[in-house]
Amino acid sequence: MSERIYIFKRFERFWHWSQAVLIITMLVTGFEVHGSYSLFGFEDAVSYHTIAAWMLVSLWVFAIFWHFTTGEWKQYIPTLEKVNAMVKYYATGIFTHAPHPFKQTTLRKHNPLQRLAYLFVLLVINPLIWFSGWLYLFYDVWPDYGLADLPLEWVAVAHVIGAFMMLIFFIVHVYLATAGHTWTSHIKAMITGWEEVE
Amino acid sequence: MKTSKSVIAALLSTSLFLAGLAGAAEQPATTAETDKTVVAKSKRETSTADHSKYEELQKQFKQGQEVTEACIDCHTEAAKQIHKTKHWTWEYTNPKTGQKLGKKNVINNFCTATKTNMTFCAACHIGYGFEDDSFDFASEKNVDCLACHDTTGTYKKYPGLSGHPAYEPYEWPAKSGKFKPAVDLQKVAQNVGKTSRRTCGACHFFGGGGNAVKHGDLDKSLENPSRYLDIHMDKDGLDFTCSTCHSDGKHDVAGSRYHTQASDNKGPLLRGQKDDRNPATCQACHGDTPHEEDERLNTHARKLACQTCHIPEYARSPQLTKMSWDWSTAGKMGEDGKPMKIKASSGMIAYDTKKGDFTYDRYVIPEYKWFNGEVLYTLFGDKVNPDEVVKINDFRGEPNDPGARIWPFKIFRGKQPIDAEKRSLAVFHTAGDDDTAFWQNFDWDKALTTGMKAMGTEYSGKLSFVSTEMSWPITHMVAPKEDALSCAQCHNKNGRMQGIDGIYMPGTDNTPLLDKLFYIIALLALVGVVIHGAIRLINDRKEAE
Repeated sequence: MSERIYIFKRFERFWHWSQAVLIITMLVTGFEVHGSYSLFGFEDAVSYHTIAAWMLVSLWVFAIFWHFTTGEWKQYIPTLEKVNAMVKYYATGIFTHAPHPFKQTTLRKHNPLQRLAYLFVLLVINPLIWFSGWLYLFYDVWPDYGLADLPLEWVAVAHVIGAFMMLIFFIVHVYLATAGHTWTSHIKAMITGWEEVE
Repeated sequence: MKTSKSVIAALLSTSLFLAGLAGAAEQPATTAETDKTVVAKSKRETSTADHSKYEELQKQFKQGQEVTEACIDCHTEAAKQIHKTKHWTWEYTNPKTGQKLGKKNVINNFCTATKTNMTFCAACHIGYGFEDDSFDFASEKNVDCLACHDTTGTYKKYPGLSGHPAYEPYEWPAKSGKFKPAVDLQKVAQNVGKTSRRTCGACHFFGGGGNAVKHGDLDKSLENPSRYLDIHMDKDGLDFTCSTCHSDGKHDVAGSRYHTQASDNKGPLLRGQKDDRNPATCQACHGDTPHEEDERLNTHARKLACQTCHIPEYARSPQLTKMSWDWSTAGKMGEDGKPMKIKASSGMIAYDTKKGDFTYDRYVIPEYKWFNGEVLYTLFGDKVNPDEVVKINDFRGEPNDPGARIWPFKIFRGKQPIDAEKRSLAVFHTAGDDDTAFWQNFDWDKALTTGMKAMGTEYSGKLSFVSTEMSWPITHMVAPKEDALSCAQCHNKNGRMQGIDGIYMPGTDNTPLLDKLFYIIALLALVGVVIHGAIRLINDRKEAE
């Protein structure tokens, strides 16, 4: 028998989906700016990318505030406990509907692999994208900050590496959204807040 | 029957009515046109002197020099000022490189050199009688005031007259049977005024031997340009003349192709500001951060010349400009054994026995390169490598040079004679009535012997042709801002800045190796999750069964 628990609060769901839209927008426009294909045209791609960036910045201000005021930041404290079991589960157990090695609760909503993955996003991918993106965005004032000799190429390459990592995260993340108790239980939870658990 | 008659009558009356309407509509339009011309004229006529009332000018002048003597009676310093300019001396020493330039000294890849051809070339000298080295450069009366200050449009200097206008009817082109009228010097002298696009253009629009030939960004259409062609000279808009920008107030002309300024990182010049800055740069009026709405565009100006974006194409008047000139094929006779001209489908001369092969183009996308203000010419006597393309003038610059910008250029390509033994660009005698002029008998040896002798050396007898390139920085025919380059014209896989060193261009440059690596990883991730999902799906199906 399955039961339902309330995992994702309203703000969290809003944050997740608006961030998803913004990140997809930035991936699509960003790779156009990078020259990978032509879709909106360079000029519009740059505008959309910039607008999305500022929206994401605003969203993050709220998200950071929310995480600290609610204490939800603790959800990302890493643990190695049961990591092996999780790897094993995704490698074999999941195919035979073996019991999930991790019990989801409101206080521990992410499994250990998720925690590590999200922490990697928070500590590696995001800082790389944000820092290089910030520099990129303020290219016009580099000389005022003594950065006149910083090669734009370095910044661009760092930004692109971050973007590719985000793209790969995105692919795996979307797939693993189907790896809940049922194919759609995680997705439903992200929409309604209620997760079906075993 | 009756019906058809009435139909005809109705048709007739209708057409008469329409014709009347058209006539009525025409009337006010013509008046409006006249009004406009009157306004335009009165705007120009700011002078407080009417030269037609001057006693000194109430006489029949026989020669240009007589007019000049009258001019300098009042304008006592004018000729002295002219004497200091390269319009007069045809000589200019580049202060950076020390090279002696000017029309007297440089060899280009059009008509090549002036030395032995002065009776022709002097049609564009602002003097009378510059026939050869014996010309008196100290003479004040030899200064030609009218070439620049005529307002009647009737003062013309034809090749072959050593800088004089036609005092008697003059056959031009030679042997054409067409005669140009003699100039009325009194009328011209009484109607002097400020220089105009037409007076400057009389030489500068026709450089290289014809309209639009040489520069690509200067041609006769600039006498009356539309807004589209030139935002500053627009006859219905700002209506700039050449001297609005190119003036230093002392008869000298600001701005130079011999010593071109690559950039100016200062604000706009104010009226009366004591400054030795060049007033002909874009920045002299606009400053170096003129884009108020988008700081990103100002940032672009740290690497790009203004002209790079604001003159997206040259020769867009749409008069064709010459793109190449191959002297090595000159001298071939037609089937009748006589000199010939072959026209291209454009109607332009593609081959001329006198000159060789030509190509033309219009709406040309410039070639771009870094330029730091240093221009180095290949001069007579400089050793050239016959196996390499010789740069007639080298506009130099590297990405990190102070003041360097990426500039647009017309690159004029040619093939021209060198003295193979001396390994120097050759000077040869082209125009003239004597037996050794190339255009008389098409004999390279004779033409070269005369030309090289005039340069103070001897022709070795060994002729060969070398490929040459001459750079013309594009700076006129500035487009209205809506026609400036859009981002994607450069920020594109095939963008205009491809191959330019020292810049990273989002959209053009990327990181092929890194991209490939990450594409593979992303693809592996995608394939991985698809396989993983497929196995789950198959297992689910099996279980359900």
